[in-house]
Amino acid sequence: MDTGKNITQRWHTSEVLLCGGSAGAFKILLRFIKVLPADLNKAVVVVLHRKKNYVSDLENMFAQNSAMPVREINDKDKIRKNTIYLAPANYHTLIEKGGYFSLDVSDSLWYSKPAIDVTFESAADCYGNRCTAVLLSGANVDGAAGLLKLKLAGSLTVAQHPDDAEMPEMPQAAINLNAAEYVLTANEILDLVMS
Amino acid sequence: MSVSSHDLTTEQITELVDLVKKVHGFDFSDYSRASLKRRIARVLMIKKLSFYDLKHNLVNNIGFFQDFLEEITVNVTEMFRDPSYYKALNNEVLSYLSTYQHIKIWSAGCSSGEEVYSLAILLDKMGLKDRAFIYGTDINTIVLKEARKGIFSLRNIKSYAENYQLCGFGGSLTDNFTTLYDAAAVHSELKANILFSVHNLVSDTVFNEFQLICCRNVFIYFETALQEKVLELFYNSLSPHGFLCLGSKETIRSDKFKKKFKAINQKENIYQKIGYW
Repeated sequence: MDTGKNITQRWHTSEVLLCGGSAGAFKILLRFIKVLPADLNKAVVVVLHRKKNYVSDLENMFAQNSAMPVREINDKDKIRKNTIYLAPANYHTLIEKGGYFSLDVSDSLWYSKPAIDVTFESAADCYGNRCTAVLLSGANVDGAAGLLKLKLAGSLTVAQHPDDAEMPEMPQAAINLNAAEYVLTANEILDLVMS
Repeated sequence: MSVSSHDLTTEQITELVDLVKKVHGFDFSDYSRASLKRRIARVLMIKKLSFYDLKHNLVNNIGFFQDFLEEITVNVTEMFRDPSYYKALNNEVLSYLSTYQHIKIWSAGCSSGEEVYSLAILLDKMGLKDRAFIYGTDINTIVLKEARKGIFSLRNIKSYAENYQLCGFGGSLTDNFTTLYDAAAVHSELKANILFSVHNLVSDTVFNEFQLICCRNVFIYFETALQEKVLELFYNSLSPHGFLCLGSKETIRSDKFKKKFKAINQKENIYQKIGYW
């Protein structure tokens, strides 16, 4: 796998880090969040499949481990760099051209609300090639179509190596669609975001 | 299948919004664009239409527009969505309003009526049903027809019943329904003080005075300028000290309206009208 200069440069020039994941992704996300510096110079958007009505302390758990402020997204929140944004449960999160979020309660996609595809597709529309998107462990195929759209728009797309993922289906679906430019282990992705 | 919207351009969306405004008088220009684009892409997919065909139908096919409107607006709703909100509504709003002789409530953007019936059930629980009247409004006549029926699939009721249990109001949601085969009909006495009617938040005006307005998960489809316009309408529709409930992720951002509404529950976005202008 080519993890040379090209990928590092593209990571450094991207304005937004998009992370999608489901079952098995939480622990990895926590590791990312622990190492991301306060002056990352990018906005971080996390779409993790979440159950509705389940009062989770995800926001606090991330905040306690992060050098950056962590916000669960409210409708029309402006996207600022050096902030971690969490997609709320029971809404889809979309990114608007003016650089802010809008939410949507339309039907679940892949049995999921938030769906990773919805956020990734709208990010491709708004940011084009200015994102780095990472698709992690998960037990369904959500995120693959969105990752492909980001890749076609010129963004840097990475899938977690299925052998390295607790649940391989999600990154595997992206690989099958040829949506992931790079297939990396969690440790390799960690190295990239710390480079 | 994922709804792929990459073949629709920004210009096409603008063109369609202009066309709908000119031909049908519905103004979607201040709707959140990313969501609107997804909805239009969805219509193209469901109806198996090209963009050109969609425009053609919107202009020349008389019955098509209601269909289009139904698909373009999001009509996903639940009874007792967000149990923590219903708890707050019960403890902080309805207990206050229970001292009133008459309670008029407006559920704005009520879709197929799930929120309206949730309110009716809660008012009944509190012994306020006969003093209260609920107006449910939406721009979409098809969903309002559904709302008037008050019939829901058992499968949905089962998921609403879970929400209801989490509210902790006691009893069971199904106590309020008569079930037959795979459907559940809300008891007719709960429907007595409810009126469903067409109202367009973008273009229609004040039609009554209310002690409580619930408009949840509607603002998410509006750009901030339109949100402010609708806030003005709500302000003018509320009695002094009347309450406004927005969705859990919808906050009042404008300084103008922050002065006009006091946040009485910041987490659930429950506001109370203050002062006069």
